Amino acid sequence: MINLTHYLLLGTILFGIGIYGVLAKKNAVAVLMSVELMLNAVNLNFIAINKFVAKSQMIGQLFAIIIIVVAAAEIAVGLALIIAIFRQKKSVNLNDFNLLKW
Amino acid sequence: MSLSDIVFLGTALITIMAAVGMVSFKNIVHSALSLVFSFLGVAAIYFQLEAGFLGLVQILVYAGAISVLIIFAIMLVMDREVNETNLSHPKKKYCGGIIALLITLGLGAAIINTVWTPAKGYLPEDKVGAIAELLMGNYVVAFEIAALLLLVAVVGAIILAKGVGQND
Repeated sequence: MINLTHYLLLGTILFGIGIYGVLAKKNAVAVLMSVELMLNAVNLNFIAINKFVAKSQMIGQLFAIIIIVVAAAEIAVGLALIIAIFRQKKSVNLNDFNLLKW
Repeated sequence: MSLSDIVFLGTALITIMAAVGMVSFKNIVHSALSLVFSFLGVAAIYFQLEAGFLGLVQILVYAGAISVLIIFAIMLVMDREVNETNLSHPKKKYCGGIIALLITLGLGAAIINTVWTPAKGYLPEDKVGAIAELLMGNYVVAFEIAALLLLVAVVGAIILAKGVGQND
């Protein structure tokens, strides 16, 4: 029988894969993609908890909508930053982004 | 096992496989396509959770808009051979894997050991209407701030990507 635990475990696994991508990848675009995966896992948790724990209200789905808006803003600004840095450095490798490091 | 259980397990398996593919493909275009599959799998799970509106938003915003944005950005910043554009850092790979595994196992153990008391009652029949009442009622400030945030972020993204003072 599928219940809340299974949905939350699925969200946890997706979140863990996202963390791995953020920590291990060299390409800045891949890091942003992993962040999107983590936000998706959080949304999944919100909607699952809304269905199983707080049924009469839709606040979980409302939170998920707000998170989707923030994620869209984040990916737009992030990709624009990567394009701006690429114009300066001719690279998207995170090891080359060391302007503020000494 | 009922039919809905099998559907959930199948969708969850596809979603996780696509996510694993996203972090393990060496070609970043393949990674982006795998990410789209993962978004679609999450949308299917939203439909199973009786959140049809969220599922449609997920398909439109994530699988539609955000993935196109990512693929365009990949095309704009590609400078050399595409086959090896999504490599893992040689040393941080193991460190990151261990950290991700520990966090996943810790959260998973916490979830399994928690007793969730299911609530009484049902989701409202008119789900989109219920969301709209919340958005335009108690949470109207959050709604307006989200709209403003999106506007500012997109204008800022255009200025960042275009470059200031380079009118050539």
